[in-house]
Amino acid sequence: MWLELQNVSRYFGTSKAVDGLSLSLERGSIGCLLGPSGCGKTTALRCIAGFEPVTAGSIRAHGRVLAAPEFSTPPESRRIGMVFQDYALFPHLTAADNIAFGLHRLPAGHRTRRVTEMLEAVGLADYRSHYPHQLSGGQQQRIALARALAPEPELILLDEPFSSLDVELRERLSVEVRGILKGLNATALLVTHDQHEAFAMADVIGVMKQGRLEQWDTPYELYHRPGTRFVADFVGQGVFLSGQIIEHGSVQTEVGVMRIDAPIDSKGAWQAGDRVELLLRPDDVIHDDASTLRAEVCQRTFRGAEFLYTLRMPGGAQLLSLVPSHHNHQIGESIGIRIEPDHVVAFAAPG
Amino acid sequence: MSTIDVKAHAGSVPTPDLTAQRSAWRLPVSTVAVVLLCLPALVPLAAIVVAALSPETEIWQHLANYILPEVIRNTLLLTFGVALLAGSIGTALAWLTAMCEFPGRRFFEWALLLPLAIPAYVLAFVAVGFLDFSGPLQTWIRAATGSSSWFPAIRTGGGAIFVLSLATYPYVYLLARSAFLTQGRRALEAAQSLGLGRAAATWRVALPMARPWIAAGVALICMETLADFGAVSVFNYNTFTTAIYRAWAGMFSVNAALELAGVLMVFVLVVLAVERKSRAVARFSSSRDTSRDAPRLALQGAARALAFAGCAIVFLLAFALPFTQLLLWMLKHMGRDLDARYFGFAARSLLLAAAAAVVIVAASVLLAYVLRRKETRFTRWVIRTATMGYAIPGTVLAIGIVVPVISLNNLLQGWLRDWFGNGAPTLMLHGTLVTVLAAYLARFLAAGFNPIESGLQRITHNIDEAAIGLGVVGRQLVRRVHLPLLKTSLTTAATLVFVDVMKEMPITLITRPVGWETLATRVFEMTSEGDWERAALPAVVIVLAGLIPVALLTRQSSNLGGSNVA
Repeated sequence: MWLELQNVSRYFGTSKAVDGLSLSLERGSIGCLLGPSGCGKTTALRCIAGFEPVTAGSIRAHGRVLAAPEFSTPPESRRIGMVFQDYALFPHLTAADNIAFGLHRLPAGHRTRRVTEMLEAVGLADYRSHYPHQLSGGQQQRIALARALAPEPELILLDEPFSSLDVELRERLSVEVRGILKGLNATALLVTHDQHEAFAMADVIGVMKQGRLEQWDTPYELYHRPGTRFVADFVGQGVFLSGQIIEHGSVQTEVGVMRIDAPIDSKGAWQAGDRVELLLRPDDVIHDDASTLRAEVCQRTFRGAEFLYTLRMPGGAQLLSLVPSHHNHQIGESIGIRIEPDHVVAFAAPG
Repeated sequence: MSTIDVKAHAGSVPTPDLTAQRSAWRLPVSTVAVVLLCLPALVPLAAIVVAALSPETEIWQHLANYILPEVIRNTLLLTFGVALLAGSIGTALAWLTAMCEFPGRRFFEWALLLPLAIPAYVLAFVAVGFLDFSGPLQTWIRAATGSSSWFPAIRTGGGAIFVLSLATYPYVYLLARSAFLTQGRRALEAAQSLGLGRAAATWRVALPMARPWIAAGVALICMETLADFGAVSVFNYNTFTTAIYRAWAGMFSVNAALELAGVLMVFVLVVLAVERKSRAVARFSSSRDTSRDAPRLALQGAARALAFAGCAIVFLLAFALPFTQLLLWMLKHMGRDLDARYFGFAARSLLLAAAAAVVIVAASVLLAYVLRRKETRFTRWVIRTATMGYAIPGTVLAIGIVVPVISLNNLLQGWLRDWFGNGAPTLMLHGTLVTVLAAYLARFLAAGFNPIESGLQRITHNIDEAAIGLGVVGRQLVRRVHLPLLKTSLTTAATLVFVDVMKEMPITLITRPVGWETLATRVFEMTSEGDWERAALPAVVIVLAGLIPVALLTRQSSNLGGSNVA
């Protein structure tokens, strides 16, 4: 494993900013810590970078211990690059000098070559003598990335890398940055509160809540097989549909009987009679005029290629359905639907 | 936005104490240094408290009967008069140049700051020299009409109020103007949409919004007035500062001087409390609305002429006329007066100013780094103590430092005599440049610290961490990142201190080595003999030096106003 965190905790007094975080990242892969603000993801990143000591647990990179309680390799010797939320470019240096900043141990000739390479890698070869204030937000971001990558760090950390950019740029750039990182076979870990960014960038995502890691998984698994109700709620859209276990693996709901996937919830197997809630994603609910299952449209959001309908079942249950946008139904209309989930995930009903 | 981010960041995630782990010895050394830096400001206060706790009844009786009544009345009259007049002039001019359009507005915007370059004592002696009975104006009136007895007396409280107001209004002008410029026009537009006319909107919205800034400016003016020594000396108008000086230099009564200083400090503390409070309000009510491109109120007809005339009269009286008069006097006497002695005065002024700039910038850098490394309640308190000298009048500071130094000197001298008998060397700790510099340090540390601290604050912790992450730490970090980014702040701080010291009069007068004449003390010597014209030559040099920070300031404030031009 390239990066390995074992039970890492960071307490500030009595508050547990990071609480028993364990994860591992393979060489060349991009990981992401995703969570609402204040969940401890940035503190975790700063612990890895060496700007925060760890209270408990250990951080290893490439087998060597970087941090443990009472032990901390100084950040400058960790061979970890970091891209800051505000980029933290040196305002008195040109783009090229910013990139060259960490290359002070290289002879001058190598340094210039490396800077040129990096400028080309991020597609800004024409901007080498521009100062940060002469660059757009996206360009500053890529220079910050190039600066962090130039000394060939073993790991690169990105703190909310796109949060200060506008939405369109964010999407384009996250794809671009992933391309750059993959092209250089860099190992990276980013933190963000934006799941679209996480999905666009990362191979593995960890969802954090109040300092704890809820689930460390691929984006697909996170979306379709969330391990906890919090993950199900935080990642993607969806509704929880109440139901009751009728026999092993089957649930009776208002929209019919459904088979649950192997239980991921820590409770283990369900007993007949247990009250549960099933996660239904908008893409699990398919519009089908021929179906006998009817639902009333009570809200609609036009999204260009599709409508997101909020539907009400006769029994009162609400569903979300993603429907191609040529199916233009008015509020109050009754439409036919079909439930076709790939995976049905059940959680214990609250209370 | 970056500074705000840093604050929020620093607030939520306490900075780790990695540096302290690596070099534990550094902390006590810097703590000791920082505490030492508080001494120049604390020693005078301690001396005053000691004097107040052991009053000599005889002296106190004398003060209470003969000196205090006049001095308190004069000081209060002067302070209230200047606050009112300078506050009104400053606010009115600020409103005109920030919110209105009239001929000459662009010129007056910066030209009205020029009076900052003329110290109050220079303006005072030019005014007295020009307007007094034997001055050119009254002489001319007598020649033309036979009598000038109707001409009002100049060396009075009224004259002092008028001159100090012309010298100090720029403080209010500067603060009120930036308040008007940054408060945005949205609030005014909202008031107009609610049916208020432009004038009513100004009165009920713009002025109240700018009130905390105006109050802060007026507080500054009050402090300058309380601290003024040179101008009131010229007017022969007895206030605390002149009474302290006279008690010290004339009556040789240390206790009388210190007791007077104690009473003056009570006044200063009241003003200081007002200033602190208004600054706090100003911070909370600062608007985030940056719409400054709304059109100015284009004045018409009589208003237009009045606006122009008002600005022009203030500019002429506070800068153009006195400066011209100074130059004329200087040319008249330069042939005779400009000799090697003068280069000596100038060289000593330059030496003092340069030495103070170096010492104070070094001290400011130290304090700013201590604060950056570990912002605790202790460090904040220490820094507030070390920089509080800006509020202590120069006369008080100087006496408060010299008296304890003399006591120390006498104590050491006694020991020396005990050991060596009559052959003991004579100590003169008080008449050394170290004492002068210590007093300057107390008085001007704030002037040096503020630009450096805010410059250092603009270097975010993320910038530091970015450099550390790239393997650049310690001295390298300072050399490759901090120094280049702090260059402007360091220059600004050094310039401000340099010019402040060039202009400084009472501290230099009281603490200087015997016979050490500088430009400012030369002005004092000439004016105390009523030789106004011959004070012009050293004064011109001081005014020219004073123009440097004004130039810096106008560049800043034109940046501020720049966006409404573009």
